[in-house]
Amino acid sequence: MSTLIKSARPYGEDVADVLIEDGVITAIGAVDVPADAEIIEADGQVLLPGFVDLHTHLREPGREDTETIDSGSAAAALGGYTAVFAMANTDPVADNAVIVEHVWRRGQEVGLVDVHPVGAVTVGLKGERLAELGTMAKSQAQVKVFSDDGLCVADPLLMRRALEYSTALDVVIAQHAEEPRLTVGAQAHEGEQAARLGYPGWPAAAEESIVARDCLLALHAKARLHVCHVSTSGTADVLRWAKERGTNVSAEVTPHHLLLTDERLATYDPVNKVNPPLRTSSDAEKLRAALAEGVIDCVATDHAPHAVQDKDCEWSAARPGMLGLQTALSIVAETMVRTGLLDWRGVARVMSERPAEIGNLPDHGRPIAVGEPANLTLVDPDAEWTVRGAELASIAANTPYEGMRLPGVVTATLLRGRITARDGKIA
Amino acid sequence: MKHLLATDGLDPALATAVLDTADELKHTLLGREVRKLPTLRGRTVITLFYENSTRTRVSFEIAGKWMSADVVNVSASSSSVNKGESLRDTALTLAAAGADCVIIRHPASGAAQRLSGWLADAGTAVVNAGDGTHEHPTQALLDAATLRERLGSLKDRRIAIVGDVLHSRVARSNIHLLSSLGAEVVLVAPPTLLPYGVETLPVTVSHDLDAELPAVDAVMMLRVQAERMAGGGPGQSFFPSAREYSIAYGLSEKRLGLLPEHAVVLHPGPMLRGMEIASAVADSPASAITEQVRNGVHVRMAVLYHLLASEGAAA
Amino acid sequence: MAHQVIEKTANGAETTTPPVLLGIPTRGTPLAVRLADRIEEFSGNRPPTGALDVTLYRDDLRRRPPRALEETQLPATGIDDRVVILVDDVLFSGRTIRAALDALRDHGRPRAVQLAVLVDRGHRELPIRADYVGKNVPTARTEGVSVLLSETDGRDAVLLRAAEESPGEPQ
Repeated sequence: MSTLIKSARPYGEDVADVLIEDGVITAIGAVDVPADAEIIEADGQVLLPGFVDLHTHLREPGREDTETIDSGSAAAALGGYTAVFAMANTDPVADNAVIVEHVWRRGQEVGLVDVHPVGAVTVGLKGERLAELGTMAKSQAQVKVFSDDGLCVADPLLMRRALEYSTALDVVIAQHAEEPRLTVGAQAHEGEQAARLGYPGWPAAAEESIVARDCLLALHAKARLHVCHVSTSGTADVLRWAKERGTNVSAEVTPHHLLLTDERLATYDPVNKVNPPLRTSSDAEKLRAALAEGVIDCVATDHAPHAVQDKDCEWSAARPGMLGLQTALSIVAETMVRTGLLDWRGVARVMSERPAEIGNLPDHGRPIAVGEPANLTLVDPDAEWTVRGAELASIAANTPYEGMRLPGVVTATLLRGRITARDGKIA
Repeated sequence: MKHLLATDGLDPALATAVLDTADELKHTLLGREVRKLPTLRGRTVITLFYENSTRTRVSFEIAGKWMSADVVNVSASSSSVNKGESLRDTALTLAAAGADCVIIRHPASGAAQRLSGWLADAGTAVVNAGDGTHEHPTQALLDAATLRERLGSLKDRRIAIVGDVLHSRVARSNIHLLSSLGAEVVLVAPPTLLPYGVETLPVTVSHDLDAELPAVDAVMMLRVQAERMAGGGPGQSFFPSAREYSIAYGLSEKRLGLLPEHAVVLHPGPMLRGMEIASAVADSPASAITEQVRNGVHVRMAVLYHLLASEGAAA
Repeated sequence: MAHQVIEKTANGAETTTPPVLLGIPTRGTPLAVRLADRIEEFSGNRPPTGALDVTLYRDDLRRRPPRALEETQLPATGIDDRVVILVDDVLFSGRTIRAALDALRDHGRPRAVQLAVLVDRGHRELPIRADYVGKNVPTARTEGVSVLLSETDGRDAVLLRAAEESPGEPQ
């Protein structure tokens, strides 16, 4: 089977034709087109390595009313993703080989995107004892990332043990940084907006203190640490300091933390409720700069589908989280490319190459070069689209961008040479 | 006026109109044989209280009835809420049953605003009777009415609000209303009971009650909950003990002596005598606490009048 | 002309116990005071005066934006078992007077209620008539009649507005 992507611009640079045969890029530039090749007219669109999402919630098992591996995979493919890491806070929790193998197998069956299950760090996410990290790593699912996301591994001793233990398995512990004693009853970023509107506050220090602690522990244990959804400029400062002194730490930022701020709190609409919360415009600005600089390594969506009854209610009763898979590229285009902070090579780095490295995926985030696996995403940088939650592939519809017009449209996604999404539809 | 959700952003001209109406209503009803006005006859007002409250609920009920409205009280503990019905569904049910106005008290900040969104199509007016730690606008209005009565006007007056500001919707509503009506507000509290970012509100802040009292025209004491002390549970520990709080921030008889002659003492109730306010102070001539309650009925009548008497206003 | 109208009304109002004059705000109130002045001048007795705001009893509240309330002030004598004379500037549809009767009912039980108006412009919509009329001014429905008083408007005048101009004050 062969596919020709005609007149694309790899990394937004010079125009070239790209030929793919049997899942591998076989020619770029001057190309001999096989007669039976499927042709994609790229017409100057930007060709990037397929995106990799280190942080996504597929809700299966347990909340299939909001998302399944099937619908989530579709959303991912439409968003330009060729691999996603599915977080462990399912019901039952993915803290053993049985659950992670189910998620892995199901992802393969659906076949739209490589679904890599994330294993829990602690049993039941309770933060009391380590889960069987080794068994999960060696299972069919080959778990490479472990996280209690949703919750913080708060006990410093347990976090130390997890980091130490992980070094033998060549896996990474990804921390949801939130000191629970500082966020009891918290609803929104502790700042001017929350003070006026009567929201109990979630102080920035609750995130920064854990990140600082875990960086110190990781350096001490010579372990790899990954920080989930960085939300404050203070955390970016801690990361810069930790990296300068040689800590093996990586970090991700969500698209919503690059664009949205706590000014959205005034409507009390829980579509804006998320953990960690939306921060100030100053934080958003500094996060963008940190992402461009490389202090924050990559973008991860923290795609979090929620049922209508968990969002169409009063704020304190609502669950935190927003959809993100299908809007990620557009938000990055809006906040980073349009502003000149990143070029398309930079987008490739933060949405594909670095996440693939952190997640240890040898086939993804590869250069667009002859001999490489054809995990590719084609983007029309000049097109715009209007976000409608009801039209997204996810079962749930909780997008904070409802009705917004965004730049950048994913026109095709290829997983090992096979077209999974094309022109806004699953292929 | 379509809803009364907050004093933050309430047009001071409208607030003054409501206060003037309340004064006139009070005056009209004085000494009358029949304490009833036909103005809201045929209007249905439903109180929906998710938090226990005798004082506020009764005040609203009397206000509605004295205006000849049909008042129905729904308390969350006895209703379908216990069966898991969402706030939205409960509200839509009440609107469908014929409510022209829903008066809501709820533990979630923003609940009244969310309600007004869900009831927009039904055209039902919403009155916020207290939402979480956000606002309690009718309390601020009756406090302002009481202060106007005692002090003549609010312009350039200095009002101290003392106590647990962080958790107080009464404080927030008063801060916005008093400052929009031309008064100066000073908050007096331990740093732990002030919201992070308080300096962005139209107030000055002090931790020294004795220093502030001689220069104020009124002092509003807020309730302090015992659970907020050290040992009060996870997330609490706002001050070490009731004794230390009371020594530093309680309005004692001695402190009453520091106040100027004309100064007024207010408290939204219920009071914890001996904690934030000494018994003798609560009963002194400076205390306008019973007037607050009395004015509460007239102010709430005025609010209902401005919301419901005219179809144009409620649409 | 105003003096003559008031004189005529004052003569008709003489009874043994002075009546209570209740003006309907805004302009009925100063008119009641003027009427009381005249009655005192001619009879030596000053009838108690007061004001009775009828805003809360109007039947047309729903159709207009909320109106500010005006002052209600009953004299110390009260109204029980007294003759009450309602005083207003213009009598038109009669609905204001009907509202005043309802308001009066909640304040007590007068022995009798009478009505004195400066101008009767016709077009009654209810079976209401004035006992004392300063002047009958026949008008077309679409015309407007406004009374100006020095106490409220700086001068005394009765203005007739033609149909095309903005209508007079709502009754």
